Amino acid sequence: MKATKKKANRPRVLLVDDYSDAREMYGEYLEYSGYDVIEAANGIEALQRAVDDKPDIILMDLSLPVMDGWEATRRLKADERTAGIPVVALTGHALAGISDGAREAGCDSFVTKPCLPEDLVLEIKRVLKSAPSSPVVRRSRTYVKTIG
Amino acid sequence: MRLPEAKRNGEAAHPGSRLPVSGASVDINRRRLRLLEGLLSRTDTADCAQLALSWLAEEFHIDRSLCLVRPLRDQSLATIAAHGLPSTATSTFAISLDDWSNPLVTALNNKRSNFFPAAHSSGDRRRRPSTPFEDSAFHVIPFGVSGLSADMFGLLLVAGVPALAGELDWYTNVLGQKLHEMLRQEMLNEGDRRQERERTLLYSIINAVTDPILLTDTEGRLFIANARALTLFTASEEESEGRRSAVRMNNMLLSSALSSKALEETGAARRELLLVNPVDGSDLLFELLSTVAGDPRHGTGVVSILRNVTDLRRASEEIEENYRKLRVAEVQARAESDRLNLIIDSVADPIVVTDAAGATSLMNEPAERLFTTPPRASAFEQRWVQTNDAHFSSFIAGMLVSADTRRVGEIGLIDPTSGEAMPVEAIAGKILSEHGELTAVVTILHDRREAIEKAKLYEQLKQASDLLERKVQTATADIVQQNELLRRQAIALEQASALKSQFLANMSHEFRTPLNAILGYTSMLLKGIAGPLAPPVERQISRVESNGRHLLTIISEILDISRIEAGRMPLQLSTFRIADVISEVRAELEPIILRSKLTVTVSLDKRLRPVRTDRQKLKQILLNLLTNALKFTHHGSITISARRVRGERTVAISVADTGIGIAPADQERIFEDFRQLDNSPTRAYGGTGLGLSICRRLAQMVNGRLTVESQLRKGSMFTLTLPVQGRR
Repeated sequence: MKATKKKANRPRVLLVDDYSDAREMYGEYLEYSGYDVIEAANGIEALQRAVDDKPDIILMDLSLPVMDGWEATRRLKADERTAGIPVVALTGHALAGISDGAREAGCDSFVTKPCLPEDLVLEIKRVLKSAPSSPVVRRSRTYVKTIG
Repeated sequence: MRLPEAKRNGEAAHPGSRLPVSGASVDINRRRLRLLEGLLSRTDTADCAQLALSWLAEEFHIDRSLCLVRPLRDQSLATIAAHGLPSTATSTFAISLDDWSNPLVTALNNKRSNFFPAAHSSGDRRRRPSTPFEDSAFHVIPFGVSGLSADMFGLLLVAGVPALAGELDWYTNVLGQKLHEMLRQEMLNEGDRRQERERTLLYSIINAVTDPILLTDTEGRLFIANARALTLFTASEEESEGRRSAVRMNNMLLSSALSSKALEETGAARRELLLVNPVDGSDLLFELLSTVAGDPRHGTGVVSILRNVTDLRRASEEIEENYRKLRVAEVQARAESDRLNLIIDSVADPIVVTDAAGATSLMNEPAERLFTTPPRASAFEQRWVQTNDAHFSSFIAGMLVSADTRRVGEIGLIDPTSGEAMPVEAIAGKILSEHGELTAVVTILHDRREAIEKAKLYEQLKQASDLLERKVQTATADIVQQNELLRRQAIALEQASALKSQFLANMSHEFRTPLNAILGYTSMLLKGIAGPLAPPVERQISRVESNGRHLLTIISEILDISRIEAGRMPLQLSTFRIADVISEVRAELEPIILRSKLTVTVSLDKRLRPVRTDRQKLKQILLNLLTNALKFTHHGSITISARRVRGERTVAISVADTGIGIAPADQERIFEDFRQLDNSPTRAYGGTGLGLSICRRLAQMVNGRLTVESQLRKGSMFTLTLPVQGRR
């Protein structure tokens, strides 16, 4: 989708990943796709940015240093300032139980890496559409697995 | 004693006075009558005699007198009465009739009275008998029954003058007759009693005889019978009818047996007579002995003795039977003995029977070879046999003196045929009679040479076997050790396998992270985000992308396998419609389908109901099967069908294509790990070769089966069969 590039209207995405290449790749494509991207490399940082910058959606890698994605998501959902922000879990772990853990932690969606940038953008759109800047987005949970 | 009385009554009676003469005959008759009356009233001879002597004293003034009588069957005269004599002299005075020298005996025998004058000297005394009259004169008058000379039985001794005797004739006659009469009466009475006693005795005797004894006439009429005979031949009216008829029968049988005709015909006095026992009706067999007794007074009679021979007959039959048995037993014993000899001879071991004295009484042939010298034996052989004999004799001697009834010993004999040592085992047993007397010793000799040889061989065999056993034990121990080693290795392998799975899972994550970046950037490059690409660059980037995707597939499939093997792929059962899953799969692969230009049709059984199984795993299998079908089919069609299997609670889902097909030989191999039929580096088809292997594992997890039917160059059909109700 080649949306407008007006920065003020752009939805803000908080991209949390300790792997800088991944952050950069998704960030570049999200910018290209018309999103305002802010980044965090670990759970603590993610919490801070979420409070400070108020993103519209958070892409959360689960395997993180300092504080992992599950814990960070739990805290986000526990904080009323950030509880309304949809969280899409991203993980390279494909083992069973990972998605359950993510759901329990409060993730609204679950995406398995590798995930192509365009697929990720499709998922973000879908999540945002089902909960347009509303704090109540928890009900529309879908779990997408991309690329067989 | 009448002497004092006589003195009292006898007035004027002095010795030597004359007797009264006939002048007073009337008076005499009266006095005689008085004597006769007195005698008549007496019943006892002594009383009579005493009365007579008293009368004599009164009538004739005979102051001393003595009466002697010969008692019945006695050879002496005894005093029965005395008058005027001292009782001490008369009570024991008797005269033996055998004393012929006694003048008194002579007087009795001659029936002549005699007078003995008074003795005045010792010479006179020698000429006269000794009497209670001592030296005074007395008369001896024998008396008896007149006319019967043989019956002189008494003596009357009276004192007095010689002329007196003639005057006493009447007196002695009367007294003699009276006493004779009385004595005869006594004698008769005595005879009756004796006869009665004898009769009783006789009856007792014949009754005591247990054989019936009978006296009959020649017609069989019974005169005398003993008790035993009475039970056979008489019955009173009170007896039972059966007993009476038995008695009648017996009488008839006896009569016919005793009839004079029968007696004449048989001649013999001995016959058998079968009678009936009236007591119990049983048969009694008698031997009849009859003797004809002629008696002039009672006519001819028959004395019969019946001897019961029933038992005798039985006994004789038994004896015969026993004899017969004995004969049979004897024959058997002989046969037994023959057989025994045969057996003894047929035994290969030497057997020797020795009697109680130690002498050999019997030996079989093998024993003969040891203990007897054959004809034309060499000197050696003779010596060996003698040696054997000596050894054996000493063994038997030891046996005989010992108390053992059995003895086992070893004797070192020599084989006379070869001269080699022949150790034998001797087993000897004593044969004892019923009374415990030794009758024989039986010895069996057993050649030990073979046994010794065998024992030697056995020992060798045992050693070999022990060796073998030790080897086997060692080997077994090794095997045990190796098994333990293997077991530990198996555990280690299991652990290693689990570690491997964990390692692969981790590696897969680590691979994905960079691959994510590679695929992401490649995708972005191909989208032209960084500006348009020159066609050769775009082609090269495309290669990077497709290889990246291939690598990702490999990683995912390795991960799946390791998850299945590590048991980390749990079942998640839910109920859903198969049609939904098929359309999802089809939708996911729609871009590839479109690109392939193949027609993909779905055929669903109308009877299909929702199934309960692991939806994710079913979908993964169908994705894989459809992907494969699309990959290996270049033209034609692909058909996905689902149907219920009739009779079973299963559904079958098939993916059929018109592709390259699989040769029969390869149809099972395609399910193995990392197996693609074309394994060359330049193979025409992509893929890891893990797909079908994973599919089969997944099918097994949901209790299903994955099978293939295929023809080379015609196509393949993969069928998944799974239960309607999945495993719970």
